[in-house]
Amino acid sequence: MRSGRILPIAAALLLGASVSARAATIQISMENLEIMPAEASVRVGDTIEWINKDVLAHTATARNGDFDVMLPPKKTGTLVVKKAGTFEYYCRFHPNMKATLTVAP
Amino acid sequence: MFVRLSAAIAAISLLGGAALAQGAKPTDPQIAHIAYTAGQIDIAAAKQALSKASNKDVKTFAQDMVRDHEAVNKQALDLVKKLNVTPQDNDTSKTLSKNAAEKIAELDKLNGAAFDKAYVANEVAYHKAVNSALEKTLIPSANNAELKSLLQTGLKIFQGHEQHAEHVAAELK
Repeated sequence: MRSGRILPIAAALLLGASVSARAATIQISMENLEIMPAEASVRVGDTIEWINKDVLAHTATARNGDFDVMLPPKKTGTLVVKKAGTFEYYCRFHPNMKATLTVAP
Repeated sequence: MFVRLSAAIAAISLLGGAALAQGAKPTDPQIAHIAYTAGQIDIAAAKQALSKASNKDVKTFAQDMVRDHEAVNKQALDLVKKLNVTPQDNDTSKTLSKNAAEKIAELDKLNGAAFDKAYVANEVAYHKAVNSALEKTLIPSANNAELKSLLQTGLKIFQGHEQHAEHVAAELK
């Protein structure tokens, strides 16, 4: 009973450790209604950190509906990338703000 | 020079500023008042749209207008407080408010799709006029660097609104 429970936890810890060691955090800023960089390349498991430097609320919303991250004024929002592919995203409040995320497996 | 000046006058005339159209350069306290008033007008128009509009995109656009203009006007209030400037009422602000009240009354008589179309069409025209006044008169006239920078940020935001409004207008056709 006891060892049966500890083993999966140890395995999970190992797995988690190996994933986080490889994963990176990519920062993308939103300033003066521009997404910079407008094209970013990441890998599955990476974390995207959108930094909203404006006094306005923004969102990072995938065109295909896969993600929708709310970014209040002067705040940061994160997303752990789970799927490979090319994702076009925009700000729902300011549809002129557009960018692309390319996710490698 | 003459061409630029007349373009600026045309922009202000479009906003209906009798005093400024005579060629006087607005002062910073007047500019702050005009910019703040222009924002409040768009918030009032958006609130009317939120209670009357039927189209989903129009409602979303109106929500965006309230959110953004409130945020910018809060910045403006914080700035005048910091600079210890009292915004000064002036003929441009007065005419803007008068025209806006008339527009609200006019739109109030409309309903359904007719209201949606008229509201969005007015948003396109209004943002065009305000952006043109910002670009040609208010920004060049502003003396204080922080005020100038806030107006420039505002212009960028409102240009986005103009395009957003044009997009919604096209969808309604």
